Formats: sequence, C-alpha cells, structure tokens
Amino acid sequence: MESIILQIAARHMRPLLIGLSLIVLYRGHNEPGGGFIGGLMFGAAYILYAMAFGVDRTQKSIFFNPINLTAVGLFIALISGMPALLLGDSFMTGEWYTFFQGTLMELKLGTPLLFDVGVYLTVAGMLMLVMFSLMEE
Amino acid sequence: MSTGLFLLVLLLVAAIAPFARKYLGNYAGWVYAIWPFTGFLYYLSLLPAVNEGLIITESFEWMPALGIEFSFYVDGFSMLFSLLVLGIGTFILVYAGYYMRPYPMKGRFLGYLLLFMTAMQGIVVSGNLITMFVFWELTSVSSYLLIGYWHEKPEARASALQALLITGFGGLALLGGFVLLAIPYGTYDLAYILSEPDIIKDSNLYLPALILILLGAFTKSAQFPFHFWLPGAMTAPSPVSAYLHSATMVKAGVFVLARFNPVLGGTEVWTYTLTIVGVTTMFVGAWISITQVDLKKILAYTTVSALGTLVLLIGTGTEYAINAAIIFLLVHALYKGTLFMMAGNIEKKTGTRDIRELGGLFKYMPFAAVVMIMALVSMAGVPPMLGFLGKELIYEASAAAPKAFWIILPLGFMTNVIMVFLSLRLAIDIFWGKEPKYGKIPAEPSLPLILGPFFLVLVSFVLGLFPSTMANPLTSKAITAISPLHDAMVLKLWHGFNLVLALSAFTLLSGYLMFRFRHTLLLSVDKVNIRYFRKEFTRYFFSMIDNFLVFTKLKTKTLQHGYHRFYLMTLFIFASILVWVMIWRADPIMLELNFSDMPLNLIAVVILIIAATLSAVVSSSRIIALISMGVIGFGITIIFIAYSGVDLAITMIMVETLLVILAMTVVYHLPTYKNFSSTGARMRDALVATLVGTFFMVLVLQAGTSSLETPISEYFKETSYSVAYGRNIVNVILVDYRALDTLGEITVISIAALGIYAMMKLGKK
Repeated sequence: MESIILQIAARHMRPLLIGLSLIVLYRGHNEPGGGFIGGLMFGAAYILYAMAFGVDRTQKSIFFNPINLTAVGLFIALISGMPALLLGDSFMTGEWYTFFQGTLMELKLGTPLLFDVGVYLTVAGMLMLVMFSLMEE
Repeated sequence: MSTGLFLLVLLLVAAIAPFARKYLGNYAGWVYAIWPFTGFLYYLSLLPAVNEGLIITESFEWMPALGIEFSFYVDGFSMLFSLLVLGIGTFILVYAGYYMRPYPMKGRFLGYLLLFMTAMQGIVVSGNLITMFVFWELTSVSSYLLIGYWHEKPEARASALQALLITGFGGLALLGGFVLLAIPYGTYDLAYILSEPDIIKDSNLYLPALILILLGAFTKSAQFPFHFWLPGAMTAPSPVSAYLHSATMVKAGVFVLARFNPVLGGTEVWTYTLTIVGVTTMFVGAWISITQVDLKKILAYTTVSALGTLVLLIGTGTEYAINAAIIFLLVHALYKGTLFMMAGNIEKKTGTRDIRELGGLFKYMPFAAVVMIMALVSMAGVPPMLGFLGKELIYEASAAAPKAFWIILPLGFMTNVIMVFLSLRLAIDIFWGKEPKYGKIPAEPSLPLILGPFFLVLVSFVLGLFPSTMANPLTSKAITAISPLHDAMVLKLWHGFNLVLALSAFTLLSGYLMFRFRHTLLLSVDKVNIRYFRKEFTRYFFSMIDNFLVFTKLKTKTLQHGYHRFYLMTLFIFASILVWVMIWRADPIMLELNFSDMPLNLIAVVILIIAATLSAVVSSSRIIALISMGVIGFGITIIFIAYSGVDLAITMIMVETLLVILAMTVVYHLPTYKNFSSTGARMRDALVATLVGTFFMVLVLQAGTSSLETPISEYFKETSYSVAYGRNIVNVILVDYRALDTLGEITVISIAALGIYAMMKLGKK
C-alpha cells in the first residue's frame, strides 16, 4: 500500500516529531513532558515513516539499530547512578552541578537529566524494535 | 597477623592455585602448604595466651544496617579446631600434591581443597552467626566440587549432588535457626550470645531455633537418618576423604553443637534428642561397617559411628562427657586422617581398595604398615595411643550418664568391640593374610604420601604417652569454652584398677573373639544388613528427589498453563480481593454520587465512552473492537485534560495511538475472528469483568475519602523543587525519587522488546 499523501507527510513529519520529542524531553523536568513521552514521540516518528515507506527503507534511512539504541539507553540510565556512588551517596541519588554560576547563562545540570535521556533512548529503541518486528512482512 | 588477614590470604592462595600450578610443577603441594602451615604456627604461638584466658576478637563492618558484621572470635575451642584444620590441612596438601599427579586438572583440585580449608577455618573462628553461616555454606559448595571432582563418573556426580542437597537443606535450616536465635538477643554477635545463655532459654523461640540448628548440625555431621551421604562421598579422591572425615565438613556439625552447648544445651529436649540420635548413629554406623569390603567405605562408616559418639557425648553434657568429647574429637581426627591417607596409598600401590583382594603387604611396605597399624591401635583404643584415653573417658562418661546409661553403655561397648574387630581385621587381613597376585609389586609409598600419616600418628602417640603435659594444654580451654560450668580434668594414661579398665579389657577380648569367629559371624550380619541397610537410604533419597520433580512439574503445569486470559483473570481477581480487603478494613465504604457540577460536554464524553465499550464487547469484527477501544482511551484522555492532568493526558494519547497501531499490526498476523468460547465461559468472563470493573469504580470513588497511610504526595510536593530542582512532580518522581524503579521498568520493557523481536524472527524461519 503506497500512499503519496502519507509518504510526503511522513517525510516532513519525521524531523518535526524528533525535534518535538527533544523539546519534550528537555522541558520534562519542570513542565509536562519527560523521557518516557519523548521516547514514545521519537519512536512514533519512525513508525509513521515505516508505515509510509516500509520497514526496509526505514531501516536503511537510519544509521542506528533499534537494539543498539535500547542497549545504549539502558547503559546511560545505569551509569547515571554511578556519580552518586563515587561521591559517597547511595546508588541513583540525584547529583547536580551548576554551570556558569551567576551569569545570564546559568545552567543547572544533574544526573536525573542523564537518567531521563537513558529512559528516552530505551523507550524509543524498544518501541521501534517491537513495531519494526511486527510490521515486517 | 590477624585471623581476618590470614583467611583473606588463604582465599587468595586458593584463587591463584589452579593457575600457579603450571609453574610450580610437582612442588605445588609443598608450596601451597606453606600458608596453612604458617597459620598453624601462628595459632600455636597464641596457645599459651589463650590458655591464660585470652579470647581474640576482630570485627569488620559488613552490613551495619542489619547488624551483620564480619567478625571473628577465637577462644580455646576455636583454637583446637584451627590447629586441627590447618595442621591436618598442611599434610593433606602435601599429600594431595603428590597423590593427584597422574590425574588431570590437579591445579584446580588443589584450589578447591584450599577453598574448602578457608571455609572450614572460617566456621571455627567466626564471631557472628551470619559470618559462620556464610562459611558453612562455602563448605557445602566446596565439598560438592571436591566430591564430584571426577565428574566423568556418574556415581561421583550423584554422590556430590546428594551431599550438596542434604547439607544445603541443613544449611537453610541452620540459617533459620540462627535468625530465630538472634531475635531475642537483637544481635548476631556470638560473644554476646555466649555470655547471656538464659535469654534464649527463657524465650519461646528456644524450641524452633533448637530444632532448626539441630537439623543443620545433624545433616552436616551425617547423623542418622541423614548418614548416607557420607559413605557416598567416598567417590572423592582420597585426600578429600581424609580431610573431610578428620578435621573438616562432618566435624562442622559437631562444632556447632559444641559451640552452642552453653547457650542451647542442658535442657531436657537437647539432652534427649542428642542422646537418642547420637546413640543410634554410633551403633548403626559401626554395625554397617562390619560387612563392608571397600576399605574407604569401612572407614566412612566408622566415621559415622564416631560422629554419633561425639553427638552423644555433647548431649550427655556431664563433666566426663564433655572432656571425653573433646579428647575423642582430637583422637578421631588424628587416626582417621592417617587411615584415609593410608587407604589412598594402598589403593595407589596395589590398584584396589577391596580388602578381600589385599593381603601380605607387610613385607612390601613395612614402614607404612607400622604407621597404619599404630593408627588402628588408636582406633581400637589400646594404650599407649591417645585413642585409649578417649575410649576410657567415653566409658567413664557412659557409666555416669545421668539418663539412660543402661542403653548407652551396652551400645557403646558393642560399638567399641566392633572398632577393635575392624582394627584387627584391617591390620591382619591387609598386612599379613593371604597374598593375592598383584599387578605390579607394591612398594613403600614415597615421602610426601607417608609424611602426613606418619606425623599424625606420631602426634597421637606422643599425646597418649604424655597426656597431662601435652594433651591437656591443647584441650583444657576447649573444654571450658564449650561447657563453662565444668573443669578440664587432668588426663592420665593409668587410672588404676577399676571398672572402666575391666571394661576395656573385656572390649579387647570380645573384639578378638569376634575376629576369631569372623567367618561365621560375617555371614549372619550380612543377612541382616542386606535386608535392612543396603543402599536403601540412598535409593529413598533419590526417589524422593524424583517425586519432588514430578510435583514441581505438575505445579508448573497448573500455574503456568499458557492461557493469557486465565493469567489476566487470576491477576485481576487476586488484586481486587487484596485491595478490597484493605479498603474494607480502613473505612466504611461511602459512595456519594454527585453529578451536579459535571459540565455537559464531559457528560457527552462519558456517554461516548460507554457506547464505545458496548460496541467493543458485542462487535463481531476485531477491527471494530480495536477502534472502539481506541475511542475509550481517547475519551479518558479528554477527561484527564478537563481535570488538568496534562502529563497523563499526553502519555495517554501517545500510548493509545501506538497501542492501536500495534494491535493493527498484530491483527494482521492473526486468523479471523471466531467464537470459540461457550456461553458458560462468556457468562463467567462477563461476571469477572463486571466484578473487577465495579471494584475499580469503588476504589476510585473511595480514594478521596479513605486514607490507608499518610500520603507521600505532600512530601513530594514540598521537596520536588527544593531538593530535586524540578517542578514537574510526576517526572521528578520517575527520574529521581523512584529512579531505581524506573531503571527496573525500562530493563523489563527492553527484555520484552527483545523477546518479541526474537519471536518474530524465529517465526519467520
């Protein structure tokens, strides 16, 4: 089933959805959003593409493999708990660090953000893995 | 040096032993023996101080929150055991290094042996119940590796498994016992528990703790009816048997009984249980050994008998009995180590362990013969070996046993007669007797093989000759440690003419007569044994294991039936009941249905949801059912938005969308919709669905008014920004407060995804 409308839509929606998913991921800490929703959006971008063009073409158009994406996500989530261990707190305690303190560019970054990135990648990876497996003819 | 450091290094030696053997060649045994020997000297140097009353304690933090420490407690009793474990262990390593030469993987074997030594040494010096349990389990595991060492033989694997299962079962019981024991004390610290024996005796946990600890000790020390694993363990190489039977493993059970004698001992139930089990084991072990023909099997059953004697003595608990127990422990370790190493030597030189095929060995190996005969003399309890002292004390203790001496004394007497008989038989049949045709001419064993037996016998001899100057310092503090109310008696070789001496003489005479008429005797004993004792226990054991497997298969088939709908049904019903009960007990249920402030548009959405639900249930097309489910999902999403649950709404939209897409792709793979279920099944499903649905409705309505615990949401609200720097509480909970849960969840979904992936790939092939 090839639909030209769907194909054009998917082609343009994909970068938009990915960008949106990144925004959702980033703002998740203070406003609605987060790694889980972001990951689902990221996955949805590729699922839409796969529905329009087929799984094979989608696989070829991306440089990563969903299995590896899941693995990397899990790994990042896991290591985000390590800094706390090094600092003597218990595993997975949130550790924060403020960059450019006192300037306009003040930026607070912490391990929970890293953890959220891990969740994001894992969810995206597993969603793509499952959907691609099921959609493959 | 300290006890902890010594153990750590010993463990390291065990870890590198398999790899270092390549470079050490045939000297590996000697080199590995250096460290245990150092330990032996270290503890020997501490002996005078310990005899002055010093108790060495060390402690390392392990799990402070649970009150568990890695701590050590070395008193006179631990000292005696340490000297045995490390002293005999040193000789065993030298012996094993040489003995195992013709066999493959000897490096690994020596590593196992060192690990085993570490475990046993750890038990005897532990100062914390949990530390002791960990080492206890390590002896079970390492003995499994050692017994099953020749794993290409099926019987070696079966014996190893049998030993592991029985001692592993006992280990679990022991852990339970330790936990119960620690409850009234509030600590696992051994020193404290030993100093306050009344706390547990006054507690109603005494009996359960006692039963569990006894189960652990009895299984480890091969007490009747768990005795059968020990003779089975004979499939292990001889160095293992020698070590297992003399100083380690089976003595661990006796160690625990003696160690906790001040705390648990002295009550009626303790005395009776230990006496009955001990007497039975003592006699049964000796009795079965009469008709055995495998040299190692004979020795194994005499070990069973000796362990029974030890348990009996500890149970009797009088001054004589405790003295006898400690002396006999030492006696037995010394002669049994020798005998097993000699059994290995004889097998090595002649190629057989069957005593019917052995004979006339004296002229080939006179020195080895003298060593072995001296050990047998000790076993028979003939002066001047230490065994004589042991037997005298046992007789004194049996005659003076406050309860049931009328059964202990005759059975003890018969057991000793059997020991005399076996000693005579082994000595005369093997070293003189009729000489069979040997494949190659037997020769004197080489130095490393005879060194251990020789030294152990020598020690037994010297201790027997100079009991008060040599044996007393070794044992006196051990005796007072396990029985603080009693004193160590001054040991004497000559007690004067008394009843016990007469009994000893009579024992020797009876043993001789038994030997003299052995041919007629053996036939009749054999008949009894074939009928009652032959292999029966092992067979029962394995049929029990088989039945257990059948049971677990049945259980798995019943619970893991593979029907998704029944899994769901079980889950829902069970969860409903649990929460239902909790709500019921918390508050009276009050349902206040008030739709007045509900906006009209939401009412429309609710009606839409209800209509979609009905359509999903009655639809005959899978696609329509799916789309209806989607409508329900989006309806709920709208309600979330209306009540400003934006986070949930976004997630819901994503999930619902993807779920419909996912379901569509699955539908593609499914056969067409058909009606398989009967009307009854449909009615049942409808009933369950209605009940669960009602339950959820009540739960939601009740959630506003009931509170089972103080809600944690207030805490999250307060600390979300100040502590975790996030204003989105839901997300802060996910990635910070409950990050570990989230980590678990994403791991689970990854595994599920991999499963689906694998399933689809496999299905294609």
